[in-house]
Amino acid sequence: MTRRPVVLTLLVAVAGFLAIDLVRSAPLDPYLAPALFALGSGQAAGGAHCAALPAR
Amino acid sequence: MTDSSQTMTASSRILPRTAGLGLCALAVLTVAAMAGPRSGALLMIGLGFGLVLEGLRFGFTGPWRRMILQRDASGLVAQMVCLALVATAAFPMLASHPGELVGAHAPVGFAMVGGAFVFGACMQIVLGCGSGTLVNAGSGNLVSAVALPFFCLGSFFGAYHLVWWTELGALPVAALTGTEGLALTLVLLASVAGLAMALADQGKRAIPARYWLAAVLLAGLAILHLAVAGQPWGVVYGLGLWVAKGATALGADLSGSAFWSAPGNVERLRESVLTDVTSLTDLGLIAGAALAAFWRDGLTGRIADHPARAWVAVVIAGFLLGYSSRLAFGCNIGAFFSGISTGSLHGWAWFAAAFTGSWYGIQLRPLLGLEARR
Repeated sequence: MTRRPVVLTLLVAVAGFLAIDLVRSAPLDPYLAPALFALGSGQAAGGAHCAALPAR
Repeated sequence: MTDSSQTMTASSRILPRTAGLGLCALAVLTVAAMAGPRSGALLMIGLGFGLVLEGLRFGFTGPWRRMILQRDASGLVAQMVCLALVATAAFPMLASHPGELVGAHAPVGFAMVGGAFVFGACMQIVLGCGSGTLVNAGSGNLVSAVALPFFCLGSFFGAYHLVWWTELGALPVAALTGTEGLALTLVLLASVAGLAMALADQGKRAIPARYWLAAVLLAGLAILHLAVAGQPWGVVYGLGLWVAKGATALGADLSGSAFWSAPGNVERLRESVLTDVTSLTDLGLIAGAALAAFWRDGLTGRIADHPARAWVAVVIAGFLLGYSSRLAFGCNIGAFFSGISTGSLHGWAWFAAAFTGSWYGIQLRPLLGLEARR
C-alpha cells in the first residue's frame, strides 16, 4: 500500500468533521470576528492554549 | 538529461504546485470570509508550518533521536537557533503589549514533569511529537495516522483530569521577562547548543542549509502567529477540543470536569473550530504536510509492515502522547518551543524531562517491533 489512501482517508475524515462541526456549532459571523492582528488591537488575548490552566 | 526533458520535468512540477497553492489560497479566503480575517490568517500560518516541516524535513523527534543514537547535533542545534530567533522577537513583543499578547506560561509541577517524561518516551516510540504526528499523518505515514485519533482521545482525557493532576503539587507560574530574561534565555539556548556540539561526533556539528532555512522560516511563522493570535503556537489543546466536541454531540455531560466546564472552554465547545486558534493551525499543519508530500513524490512511497504488537504499542503510545502532553502543559510545541521562547520555566523543565524520556523511548522502539533490534 502507498501513502496516498492514508492521506485521502485522513483528509476525508477532517472534511467530514468540519462539516458536522459547522452544522452543530454556533453560527459564524465574520463581522463580529476579532481583528486580523491581536498585536495592536487593544483587545485582551482570549484564545485557548495548551499551557493555560483554567481559573478556579 | 536533455534540455527538452528538463523542460518537461519543470513544467510537470509547475502545474501541481500552482494548483496546490491555489487550493490553499481558496481555503484561506473561504475561512476568512466565513469566520473572519484572523481565522484565515491562522489557517495560512498552519499551512506554512506544515509546508516547512514536511517540505524541509525538519522536526523535533528525529533530531533528538540522532543526537542520542548517532551523536549528530545538527538538528538539535538548529532547534536552538530557531528558539533563539523566536525569543528575540517574542520577549519585547510580550513586554510592550501586555494583555494583548500572552506567553505560554505554566507551572512546573510533579504531573507536569512526569507528563513531559512520558511524552518524550512516546514520541520516540511513534517517531512523532505533537507537530510531528500531525505532519507525518498528513504526509501519509500510517503509524502517525493510526496514532492521531488516540492522541486526540488522550488529549481530551488529559485535559479532563488536568486540574486534579496539577493539584498534586505545582510551583507558582514562573517566567523570565524583559531584557535580562531574554539574555538568560539566549545564554541557556547557546549552552544547550554548545553542549550538544561538544558531545557530537566529528562532522556532525554543522547545521545543513535546509535546517537553517527551516529554522528561519519556522521562527518567522511563530512570531507571526504570536502577533496574529495574541498567544504562541500550540497543538494539543485543539486535538482534545475535537474529541470534546464529539463527546458533547453524542450527549456526554462534561460539567464534571473542572477543565471542560471552565467558561473559556465552554465557549470553545459552543463555537466552531474555525474560531479556535490551535484547531486552525493543526488543520493547516495536516493540509500543508499533505501538500508538501504530494509535491515530493505524489504520495507513492510504500508503507512499511509492522507486527501486531507494534500496532498495539502505537495505539497506547498515541493515547499517552495526548494524555501526557496535557499534564505537561503542552507538547514539544506548546511547552518546549513556545514555553522556552516566551520565557516560561516550565519549558525548560519540559525539555529536560522529555529528553530523558526520549532515551527510554528509543530503547523501547525495537522491543515493540517498530524497528529491527540494534
